[in-house]
Amino acid sequence: MPSSRLAPPCGPAFGLGLRKPHYQDFLEGAVPVDFVEVIAENFMVPGGRPRDILRRVRRDYPVALHGVSMSIGSADGLRGDYLARLKALIDEVEPFIVSDHLCWTRHNAHNAHDLLPLPYTREALDVVCANVDHAQDVLGRALLIENPSSYIAFAHDEMSEWDFLAEVARRTGCGLLLDVNNIHVSASNHGFSSADYLAAIPFDRVGQIHLAGHTQGKHCLIDTHDRPVPEPVWALLRTALAGAPQAAVMIERDDAIPPLPELLGELDIARAMARGAALEGANPCV
Amino acid sequence: MRLSELQHNFLDWLASADDAVAARLPLAGDGRDGLAIYQNNYRGNLMACLADSFPHTLLWLGEAAFEAAAARHIDRVPPSSWTLDDYALGFPESLIEDYPYEAEVSELARIELALSQAFIAADAEVLKADQMGDVDWDRAMLQTIPALTILPLRSNADDIWIALAHEAPPPNAQWDETERPVLIWRQEWLCKMRRLNGDEAAMLGYLIGSEVPFADLCARAIGRWGEQDGIARIGQYLGQWVADELVRGVER
Repeated sequence: MPSSRLAPPCGPAFGLGLRKPHYQDFLEGAVPVDFVEVIAENFMVPGGRPRDILRRVRRDYPVALHGVSMSIGSADGLRGDYLARLKALIDEVEPFIVSDHLCWTRHNAHNAHDLLPLPYTREALDVVCANVDHAQDVLGRALLIENPSSYIAFAHDEMSEWDFLAEVARRTGCGLLLDVNNIHVSASNHGFSSADYLAAIPFDRVGQIHLAGHTQGKHCLIDTHDRPVPEPVWALLRTALAGAPQAAVMIERDDAIPPLPELLGELDIARAMARGAALEGANPCV
Repeated sequence: MRLSELQHNFLDWLASADDAVAARLPLAGDGRDGLAIYQNNYRGNLMACLADSFPHTLLWLGEAAFEAAAARHIDRVPPSSWTLDDYALGFPESLIEDYPYEAEVSELARIELALSQAFIAADAEVLKADQMGDVDWDRAMLQTIPALTILPLRSNADDIWIALAHEAPPPNAQWDETERPVLIWRQEWLCKMRRLNGDEAAMLGYLIGSEVPFADLCARAIGRWGEQDGIARIGQYLGQWVADELVRGVER
């Protein structure tokens, strides 16, 4: 790794998403975070200012690349042009994490540009595992796969989402990005227990944890990333940190983006929880 | 239902919002409220992409007319690229169908598209004025930078764009059969636009896409304007192109 770049964080790390309103703060290099997460597709462009900004931010912060368009659940496989561009960005940025979602966004030549839900069937499991294997081969590294939020379920599901996710990790060797807001949203929408979900997660595979806020829609919770992290999500973080105390934690805020100090204040809450979890983990009486 | 069939039906439903297609999806429970969220996301993302990509076209048409044109485009053209930004690529063509007798509408959109493409085009090392004295012009090869395009407009869409960008009253639309070439490029990180005369457009266009020997460019100019005038013109154009950072030079 070039000496001008920071090494990946070791141990618990706390980061924020790199979003336009905060570009200048990060370019000045004084934001107290351990890493930044960027949406990979925003920077998978030939050149220009976006790539320049990422190169400059990378000098001061380790970077996690978070994708939204790999379409790891596509029945017709992954797109070679997408993987080639992602690989080129990885080679340049040298991220310490590369992640995408347990979902599909495309079938044949039609792309939905949304994280669409998979049926949790044995056939879908085979498809996802084959695609994760293929992506990891091309990219030359392990992916972290994130649990999605969802608004529908399928009648022919053969297993739970958490069993599906655990099996993907076991069969492919990929890591997991645990989005505790998504767990809360999906648990509320589908009537399952967040505690059951977390109890089944192989925490030794969890490399990153996402936090976010959501909105109460007319009929269900909607994963909007447009407000502070609510109490039920903080409670899930507390449990998740007990299982994965070394995971990199970050807050996703994609809409109604507040001034940076507000997000840093939320990140301090996560830090305090991690310290608490570490103390509890060190005390055999707890 | 096989995964492939489910994904085909799901996308078919997103594009059509046809209840009969939704009924083919093997949902647990009713599921219609949840499906409506995905439908809303699908159309909302595409609408937002077009509105964000063509802000001045939106201003020129007005919100209602723009949204109607965007909705027709979404009905006609499903997104196919891995990046949502690419959904903007086909919109100017759709506007030609929607506004066949108002050339400025699609041309305004083409200007906005060219500017956004220049913004993210590949970087290049440009030929600087202070390097020109060191170039062996007998062996020099020239090529335009990747972040450059020439639009052959037939309307005054460039004047309309400039007025809208400065929040000034735009001129009335004008168009005729005479081509008005407009150059769009990126200079460092700033996207720029200026009108070209036909002669300069022809010479600069010759350098787009591949490396061209400077000697060939001169031969073209001499063939067009004669030896003395041709060389003088190329010198004048090249000086301007270098000042605008439009060309990269390679010596072989």
